[in-house]
Order: sequence, then structure tokens, then C-alpha cells
Amino acid sequence: MERKKTYVEDVSRTIYDIKNKFDYRFKTDKGLTPEIIKEISKEKNEPQWMTDFRLKSLEIYYSKPMPTWGVDLTDLDIDEIIAYIRPDADMKTTWEEVPEDIKDTFERLGIPQAERESLAGVGAQYDSEVVYHNIKQELVDQGVIYTDIETALVEYEDILKEYFMKLVPPTDHKFAALHGAVWSGGSFVYVPEGVNVDIPLQSYFRLNAPGAGQFEHTLIIVEKGAKLHFIEGCSAPVYNVNNLHAGCVELFIKEDATLRYSTIENWSRNMYNLNTKRALVDKNGTIEWVSGSFGSKVSMLYPMSILKGEGARSEFTGITFASTGQHLDTGTKVVHAAPHTTSTVNSKSISKNGGYAFYRGLLKVAPGAYGCKSSVSCESLMLDNISKSDTLPIIELNNDDIDIGHEAKIGRISDEAIFYLMSRGISEEEAKAMIVRGFVEPITKELPLEYAVELNNLINIELEGTIG
Amino acid sequence: MENLLLNIKDLKVSIEEKEILRGLDLSINEGEVHVIMGPNGGGKSTLAYTLMGHPSYHIESGAIEFDSELINELRADERAKKGLFLSFQYPEEISGVTVEDFLRTAKASVTGEMQGIISFKKLIKEKMELLEMKEEYATRYLNVGFSGGEKKKNEILQMSILEPKLAILDETDSGLDVDAIRIVAEGVNKIRDNKRSILVITHYNKLLDYIEPDFVHILMDGKIVKSGGKELAMEIDEQGYENIRAKYAN
Ligand SMILES: Nc1ncnc2c1ncn2[C@@H]1O[C@H](COP(=O)(O)OP(=O)(O)OP(=O)(O)O)[C@@H](O)[C@H]1O
Ligand SMILES: [Mg+2]
Repeated sequence: MERKKTYVEDVSRTIYDIKNKFDYRFKTDKGLTPEIIKEISKEKNEPQWMTDFRLKSLEIYYSKPMPTWGVDLTDLDIDEIIAYIRPDADMKTTWEEVPEDIKDTFERLGIPQAERESLAGVGAQYDSEVVYHNIKQELVDQGVIYTDIETALVEYEDILKEYFMKLVPPTDHKFAALHGAVWSGGSFVYVPEGVNVDIPLQSYFRLNAPGAGQFEHTLIIVEKGAKLHFIEGCSAPVYNVNNLHAGCVELFIKEDATLRYSTIENWSRNMYNLNTKRALVDKNGTIEWVSGSFGSKVSMLYPMSILKGEGARSEFTGITFASTGQHLDTGTKVVHAAPHTTSTVNSKSISKNGGYAFYRGLLKVAPGAYGCKSSVSCESLMLDNISKSDTLPIIELNNDDIDIGHEAKIGRISDEAIFYLMSRGISEEEAKAMIVRGFVEPITKELPLEYAVELNNLINIELEGTIG
Repeated sequence: MENLLLNIKDLKVSIEEKEILRGLDLSINEGEVHVIMGPNGGGKSTLAYTLMGHPSYHIESGAIEFDSELINELRADERAKKGLFLSFQYPEEISGVTVEDFLRTAKASVTGEMQGIISFKKLIKEKMELLEMKEEYATRYLNVGFSGGEKKKNEILQMSILEPKLAILDETDSGLDVDAIRIVAEGVNKIRDNKRSILVITHYNKLLDYIEPDFVHILMDGKIVKSGGKELAMEIDEQGYENIRAKYAN
């Protein structure tokens, strides 16, 4: 029997890697100066307070050092990154109106089809601006708002003033400051009290331009007793220059509200993914994070839940898949700031072909937050001897009335398990794939269906040729 | 005319440079039931793993012929396709893979065609009923959280679905309660016919009350030192291995 030995680096990425011609209507020069920031703000017709906010953020950005922990950022030269690229398109509400090449890109990614079949609304961002936005009329009738941040800044300026970068202030860290200075595009979602959006909304972020940055901002407010599932997808074709993604996600979950936030990130392997995501959860509210990190060269991603109200809950389900040349430093942070709050963390990572998957977690319980419950489980599977995996779960307890369970496992794929399956006629390749699929199964079943299928395909393709 | 199914000739096997099987001979004809008994550490599981093609067990010399073909070099999956089956002494737990999905894939690998989900569900249900296994086990993850006895039953379930030509049962009876031993034995007898053969590795006679053996062998220090009929198993039960050891051990 012939066995496939050649490993094709990016074979699974075919549909993601189709590059469009780099057409744009406006772009800034490389690098960052107050002039460039003013130019962006002017190009976007922003109110003065936002221009000031950007400039202030830029100052903070300059004053902060590059993080030196976790990943290696020495190759990332922000002065080489183009901060803002307006695609040659305006925002449309029907796909027909979106320019052909951009529309084709999203067609290949299956977005319009998903919209027809299983989504309540879709936003599509291409480089720095949102080119398509649409939401079902019945949701509009119930007062649900789903639009890009730029539009929100005009139509809901007061809400933006109240919430924008209040949860992740520019002072948080260097890339939050960078985001504050150059943010563009993204989504604004508002779900009024008691409204249950029972099919998901999805935003898709596509970075086409080489050497560019994408800095979209997502702001979601789910009012009392309301419910929403939001899906975020990201991808980019591969270039031989570095691209940067420093988005920011701020989620406000009010009393008794529930938000599920699913992300499938499949950036190309020249991408630095330094994204900040945070949720603030009020009394008896729930945040559910579902996070899949497959792409990028380097990732630093730790979605954080602040359980501010009594009885608030956080659930994190994450999968990270690191292959050749990838260093993915991912995890989650939970702050139990009120009594009787609960959190569960279920994280899995796979590393292969020299990839490095690092789990970094923080669990913090405030002094007055008694009667809290937390269970953390992180498991890593290394598929060969050249790949690496580590876990660093930090636990900080400031009272002892807490019920906490913690489990961390790092292991290699078991030869005995492979032999067991092979003894039933299953090939070595399929046995490995089965074990890996089984390993991620608890996560896959949380993913939106089309992404679960994609993850399984990814595993099959990634495993082909790993058998020596 | 009897057909030779398995023929092991002067087999020497080592693991991590240590020789475990030291010149073992054994032939099994189609339709026969052979029993191997022997003291702990004698090499019984080593033989079972070697027959199934475990990569850690190195064949230093000798031959394993199965169905008239030398299989020394075949991988485990190729051997399974040829009709070999091993019921493990310690079955592995595979998280996230249901018994049903696993068995359907296994069956497809062995037969070369994927059976439809509905008809396969029916098949597995039937087989599970025979083994008095609860239906819900089909949708549980393979062996995860199964009790010792449940794991063994699950091995027999796999055997009854894959219908091998030669099934090696490595201490499948250990850890089973008396009823389960009977049920498992019935399961084994079901696939037994004048073509299919069974190699039973056991420490106890109980199983032999239900599965009538044609031959009983004693494996000690890496060799078959004595062969006989069922009466040999009785003798061991009463006297242990001391007499045999005194006579044959080197
Ligand atoms: N993976 C291994 N590494 C090192 N030694 C091994 C390994 N597997 C088996 N052995 C050794 O080989 C010898 C035979 O072991 P084997 O498991 O075949 O015995 P057995 O006859 O099946 O015993 P039991 O009745 O206890 O199941 C023992 O001394 C054992 O320690
Ligand atoms: Mg044994």
C-alpha cells in the first residue's frame, strides 16, 4: 500500500488562500503617527470625541512596552503594518450590490449560503471596512440592532459613548491601546430586554491586503433576560509579510441574559493574532465562550469573563490546533467578583509537526465572592516528538468558601490505543484521526455545525502524511 | 481433511531486548478450539500481541503462517483484515469515539464495505442482546468508564460483529462473574463453526465448562512445554504448575 509521506503545509487552506487583487479606495501609509490617526478619523467622518480618543490611545500605545512574556513578538514591526485600508466598496445590505471579487470571496467561504440557511443576520468585513450587513426584518421589528460600529457611532452615539472601550480600556495593554488608536469596522449588536434571538448572528472578518492590520471592534449588549448566539469567523490568505490582527470584543450581559460567543479563527500563518475579548456578566447572566484557534503564526488570546453579579455564570470551551511554525498561546481568564458565581473551563489543544500550543489560564476569586464554584480542565495532545505543549493555569483565591476542581493533562497520542484500533482492521492513519477526533469531540459538538465539519476535515487533512 | 489455519514455527520474540518467547511451536486447524494455560509472566499475552502484530514485539526468528500466508511482517490492521482478532487482556479506553461508530468503521475496514447506519444499528442491537449488554452502551465512548467485566463483554461484542477466522481471547474470563462467563462463552460458541477457530488464554477451568476445547497447552518460560486434552486443564487446576515446571523448566 502506498502511503502519503509528503506533507503539504497549507493544503487545508485552499479556499482561504485565494488572494484578490489589492484594490482599495483609501489606505494610510505604513506605521503610526498622530497624522495617520487623524487621517483615519477624518476619512471615517468621526465626531471629535472619537478622534480625541484615538489620539489619546496612541499616546498610551507609545508609553507601553511590548509584552515580553508568552510569545516572541520580535519579528512584528508595527511600523511596517498598514493600519487602515478602505476597500473599494461601500456597505451594502444585499449581496448583489457587493463588488464581484469581494462577493466571490465570501461565497467561497460559504457566508451567503450560511446566511440563507441558518443565520439571523450577517456582517462581512473586508480589510478595514464592513462591506455587507443584513439582519432579518423580524428581529429589527423586535428592536434588535445589528450593524457596523461606524454606523452605530452615527445612529447610537450615546450608547457608544457609554460602552466603547470601557470594559477593555486602552490602558489595559499595548495592543488594546493600539486598537483604541486604529480600530475600524466590526459589529455592534443590541438585544433589547426579553428578546430571544433564537438563530445566530454571524460576522465574518476577512483580511485580504498584504502587510495590513485588522482592528475590528465588536460591542454586544444583551439586555435583561435576552438571549443571543453570536458567531465570529476570521480568515486571510497567506502572504510572506506579517499581518496583524488586534481586534477587541466587549460583551455586556445584563441580568438573566445569555450570550453565546463562538469564534472560529483560521488566519493564515503569517498573522499575529493579538486579540482582546472580555465579557461583563450581571446577576444570573451567562456567558458561553466557544473558541477555535487554528490559524495564525502567533496568537495571544485569553477571553475573559468578569462575573460581576451574584449567580453569574461563565462557560469556556476552547480548542487550539498548532502546527508547523505556529505558537498559539491561548486560554481564558475568569474573575469571580460576586458570590455564588460559577465557571467551567474546558480547553483542549493539539500540537503537531513542530507546533507549540500553550494554555494560559487565570482563575481569580475576589474576597467577598463566597460560595463560588469553578471547574477547570485543560488537556493537550501532542501528535509527535517535535511538537510542544504546556499549561499554566494560575489560580488566585481570596476566600476559602469556594468549590474548585482542577485537572490538567498533557500527553502524546498513545501507541497502545493506536494498536488497539488497528487490531480491529483500522489503518494507522484512520486510528490516529479517530483518536484525535475523539479527543476534540466534546468541543466539536459545541461548534456551529459547518465549523464542526470543517474541524473534522482539518484534522483528517492535517493528519495525512504524518505517518512515517 | 483438516485445514491448517495457524502455524507457528520456532517463534522467538523479544521486547526491549529481552527474549520472552523462546522457540514456540503451535498449529491450529480450522474449527478447532485451543487453550493456553501457564504461570504468570510465562509469555501468553506476548504470544497474543505478537500474533496480532504489536510493533513493540520483535520477531527474532521463526514463522507465523496464517491461512497459508507468512504474516510476520504484516501490520495489525492487515492481520485483522485477514481474519485475526484479539480480545485484549486490558482493553484500551478511547475517549470521544462511541462503540457504535467505532465498530461500524472497524467492520467497514475488515469487510471493505460500509454498512448503512440503520442496518448496522440493528446488527449491533441484536449482538448486544445476546451478550445481555444494555443498549445504551452502543452510544457510550469506547470502554471509557466501563467496569472490568463490561470491557470484556465489549471485546466479545466486537468479535461477534467482526466474525474473525481466528479469535484469540486473552483472559477474557478474568474478572467476569459466573453469569457473565456463561454469556461470554455462549457468544464465543455462536461464532464457532467448522471454519472458525478459537485460541483461549485462561487461568481457570470455568470457561471450559462451556467451551469444549480440542487441545490444552501449557506455556511456560516462553515455550509450549506440554500439550494434551481437557484433562490437562483439570490436572493444572488440582496440582498447579510445580510438577510440570520440575519436569520441563530449564
Ligand atoms: N512491554 C513490556 N516491557 C517489558 N517487559 C514486558 C513487556 N511485556 C511483557 N513483558 C515481560 O514479558 C514477560 C511475559 O509477559 P506476558 O504478559 O506475556 O505474560 P503472561 O503469560 O500473559 O502473564 P499473565 O498470566 O500474568 O497475564 C513478563 O516477564 C513481562 O514482564
Ligand atoms: Mg497475560
